[in-house]
Amino acid sequence: MNFPQTDLPMFKTASDVEKIEIAVDGKSTMVPKNVSVAAALLLAEAIPFRYSKVDQSPRAPYCLMGVCAECLVTINDEPGQFACQTNVQPGMRINRS
Amino acid sequence: MIGGGLVGATLAIGLARASHKVRVLDGGDTDFRSSRGNFGLVWVQGKGAHSAPYAQWTGSASRAWPEFAAELLDATGVDVQLQQTGGIDYCLTESEFKSQADKMQRVQDQTDGMFEYQMLDNKEVRELMPQISKAVVGASYSPQDGHVNPLKLLKALHTQMQKLGCEYLPNQPVIDIEARNSGFKVITRDGEFYCEKLVLASGLTNTELARKVGMSVPLKPNQGQLLITERFEPFLKIPSIHIRQTDEGTLQIGDSSADIGYDDSTSLQVLAMIANRLLKIFPHLINVNVLRSWSALRVLTPDGLPVYEQSELWPNAYAVNCHSGVTLAAQHATVLSQWIAGESVDNYQGIINEFSADRFTDV
Repeated sequence: MNFPQTDLPMFKTASDVEKIEIAVDGKSTMVPKNVSVAAALLLAEAIPFRYSKVDQSPRAPYCLMGVCAECLVTINDEPGQFACQTNVQPGMRINRS
Repeated sequence: MIGGGLVGATLAIGLARASHKVRVLDGGDTDFRSSRGNFGLVWVQGKGAHSAPYAQWTGSASRAWPEFAAELLDATGVDVQLQQTGGIDYCLTESEFKSQADKMQRVQDQTDGMFEYQMLDNKEVRELMPQISKAVVGASYSPQDGHVNPLKLLKALHTQMQKLGCEYLPNQPVIDIEARNSGFKVITRDGEFYCEKLVLASGLTNTELARKVGMSVPLKPNQGQLLITERFEPFLKIPSIHIRQTDEGTLQIGDSSADIGYDDSTSLQVLAMIANRLLKIFPHLINVNVLRSWSALRVLTPDGLPVYEQSELWPNAYAVNCHSGVTLAAQHATVLSQWIAGESVDNYQGIINEFSADRFTDV
């Protein structure tokens, strides 16, 4: 099967979605309200989420249901949080490692 | 072969090598399966403090493991991740340390010095494992201990067993066995199977099945619960009975022990106790995420030693049970299988005789 070539991002949201402001690695970022941190970071193309502590390979969300533990990020200074199991809140500070 | 867990699959390999045509009737996925829930240690220290044959048998299995792992890798392509980097048992109180030292000395005596160990104080343990806390009074260390990935081992054994031509039938719990002069009729939910030689390696179910062919094999379950963490930076070069780290970085944390019958549920209270004990040893793990927990049932005989039993009434029927299906695998695949196949096992015959179930009825 041939996929059409496109320059469009993998994810996009409808234009009328309400946005909130969060900080990703200290940088102010507008993301949709009521989505998971994982979805917000994917939309912001903040990939990879982290580097493996074992072999330093880049990691990103895989299961998006709290099982694979590949999406762990630091949220409001708490390390090791599941991005896919946490909803974004205004002013949230997210740091990747 | 009744049972396709670590013990049954290992013996199937050994018997197939001894030119037997082997059919393995395995239980179901929801049966109690210690082979899918265990910790994966290849462990020597502390075993056989009260039994010279067990101490010697365990030591010989540990020494045979490198060759066994290499064979499995060569035959199946599955690396069971054997690491024999030594093992540590941490002591958190002076009295724990003292009784551990006594136990280690007894094992060394039972093996005429073949078992090597050291008792280390906090400073000496710290040289091996810099992350330990001040709460660790000391530890026993043996260079002969190690670990494997037990699920990869089970996969390797099943692959090899089938490569050697064993017929594997899953989900065939045995309902009845009829012994005749010509052999055995084994009745499962789905059908009837005939064999000349019968080996029972069905874990806790062995008690019931053994009775049908004239053997008395007393067994009871002992529950252990485990925690599995997210992948963590590799730091644990040496496993202990409380914690080991896999090649992939996962920490596997145990070890609880409860005599509560056929109950393989987990409880927050026990899991918290396991986690708290570990944090006393390794405080730096405070923020590590626990992803899973489970419980499995150890298969224990009244004295904790293996049972290798040949039926007096039907001499072609055997029962095999042990707590340490991982550690002993290297001997089960060779020596014990040769014994069941009727071949000479030379020096080991004496040890195997010691593990007859007779010891439970002679008293």
